[in-house]
Amino acid sequence: MTLPLPLGGPAGERPLTVTELATLAKEVLESAVPPVWVVGEVSGFRRHANGHWFFTLKDAGAKLNCVMWRADAARATGEPQEGMQLFARGTLSLYPPWGETRFMVRDLLATMEGGLHAALLERARANLEKDGLFALERKRALPQFPRAIGVVTSPSGAVWRDIVAVVGRRWPSVELVLIGAKVQGEEAPADLRRALALANRLETLDVLIVGRGGGSKEDLWAFNDEGVARAVAASRVPVISAVGHEGDVSLTDLVADVRAATPSAAAEKAVPDRVELLHRLGVLRGSLASGATRRVALAGEQLRHAATRMARSCERITERGTARLRDARTRMALAAGRAMEARRAEVARLAGQLDALSPLKVLERGYAVARDADGRVLRRTADLPPGLGFRLRVVDGEVRARSEGTP
Amino acid sequence: MSGPSLQEDLARLDAIVRALEANDLDLDKALALFEEGVERLRAARERLSGAELRLKQLREAADGSVRVDDLAG
Repeated sequence: MTLPLPLGGPAGERPLTVTELATLAKEVLESAVPPVWVVGEVSGFRRHANGHWFFTLKDAGAKLNCVMWRADAARATGEPQEGMQLFARGTLSLYPPWGETRFMVRDLLATMEGGLHAALLERARANLEKDGLFALERKRALPQFPRAIGVVTSPSGAVWRDIVAVVGRRWPSVELVLIGAKVQGEEAPADLRRALALANRLETLDVLIVGRGGGSKEDLWAFNDEGVARAVAASRVPVISAVGHEGDVSLTDLVADVRAATPSAAAEKAVPDRVELLHRLGVLRGSLASGATRRVALAGEQLRHAATRMARSCERITERGTARLRDARTRMALAAGRAMEARRAEVARLAGQLDALSPLKVLERGYAVARDADGRVLRRTADLPPGLGFRLRVVDGEVRARSEGTP
Repeated sequence: MSGPSLQEDLARLDAIVRALEANDLDLDKALALFEEGVERLRAARERLSGAELRLKQLREAADGSVRVDDLAG
C-alpha cells in the first residue's frame, strides 16, 4: 500500500492516504478499547436482509452506531425495540469503507426497566401461540354453581381479601381455598407453578383463580413467565386469571379459560349472584303460577266450549228429528192418498167387471131365474115338481108362476 | 353439596314453565307439573338461604400429602 509520494506536499511530509489513516484509526481503536459493556437507549433499529442488525445506542450526550452481525443477532433473545434501554457488550471499531466508528455488539442484555424484557415476552408469547395455547377452542366454561374455588395468590395480599369479600356477598354457599404462593420476585414463577400443581391435586375444586393486584411491569413479570403460563394451560381445573388492573394483559391472562381485569372481577365471574338468582326464582314462580292458571282457565274454556257444542248438536239432532217426522208425515199422507186412489181405481175396475158378470145382464138377454119362496134358485126339473108355486125373475121385475110338471 | 341439584332444579323449572306455557298438556299432567314446580322452587330457595362462606387453606404436608385446614375469615 505504499503510494508514490506527491511532490511539494505541505512541510515536505508524505501525506497518508485515507485508507491508511482509516486503517490506522481502526487499529488504534481496537487495541485501545477492550471489549466493554455499554448502556444506552435503542434508536433506528433495522435488520438488514442478510440478517445483520443495525441500530444506534444513545444517551443525553452522545450516540453510537452499532452493528450486530447475523451470527450474534441469532443468539439474542429478541430484536431491540425503539426506545429500549439496553446493555450491549462489544468492541469499538472503525469500518474503513464507510469511514464510521462502529460498536460491534456481541451480546445484548435487558435492563429490568424495559429492555429485552419485552423481547423475552414476545418470544414466550410466540412459543405459546405456536402450541395453540391461546386458542379459543381451549377455553372451558366455568361451572354455573361452583362448590369449591381455589385461589392461587399471596396469602398476605389484597387479592385474597377482595375475593373473600365479593364471594361472601354474592354466593356464600361455597368453599374458598387459599393456595398461597409468591407472586413477585425471582422465586415467583417456580412457586406459582408449584401452587398450580398443588391446587390440581385437590379433587373438589371446581374453579381456580390465579392472580395478584396491579403493580409495575416487573411486579407482574412472573405472570409473563412461559412456564407459569404453561402450568395454567395444563390445569385440570378451569382457571380465571386476574393479574394487575385493566389494560395489563399477561401471558397467564391469555392462556386462562377466563380473564378478569381485577381479582374482584374474577370473584364475580366465579360465582353467581344470590340476589339475582332469588330474583330469577321469583320470576320462575310467577311464570309457573300464570302458566298453571292459564292452563286451568283454558280447561274451563274448553269445557264451556264443549258444553256449547253439545247443546248445539242436541238441538241439531232434535231439529233433524222434527224435520224427518214432518217429512215422514207428508210422505205418509201422500202415500196414503196414492193408495186410496189406487184402491178407488181398483174398485171401479172391479165394479166394471162386476157389472159385466151381473145376472141382470143375463136376464137382459132373455134368461129368467126361478126361485122358491125362500129365494133358493130352482135349477133342475126335480126342483120344480108339478103344482109348485115359485117366482120368476125377469129383467124388469118378478112374476108369480106355477109348475105344471114336465111335458 | 347444593351445586348440581340447584342447577338441576333451575333447568327443570325452566322446562316446567315452558311446558305449561305450551298449553298442549293434559290438565292432570299440567297440575302435576305445577305442583312439582312449586316444590322445586321451595327447595331452591332453601338452598340459597342460610349458607355461610367456608374459608380453607391448602398446603402440602411434610410427607407430601395434601392438607386442607380451616382458615379464619
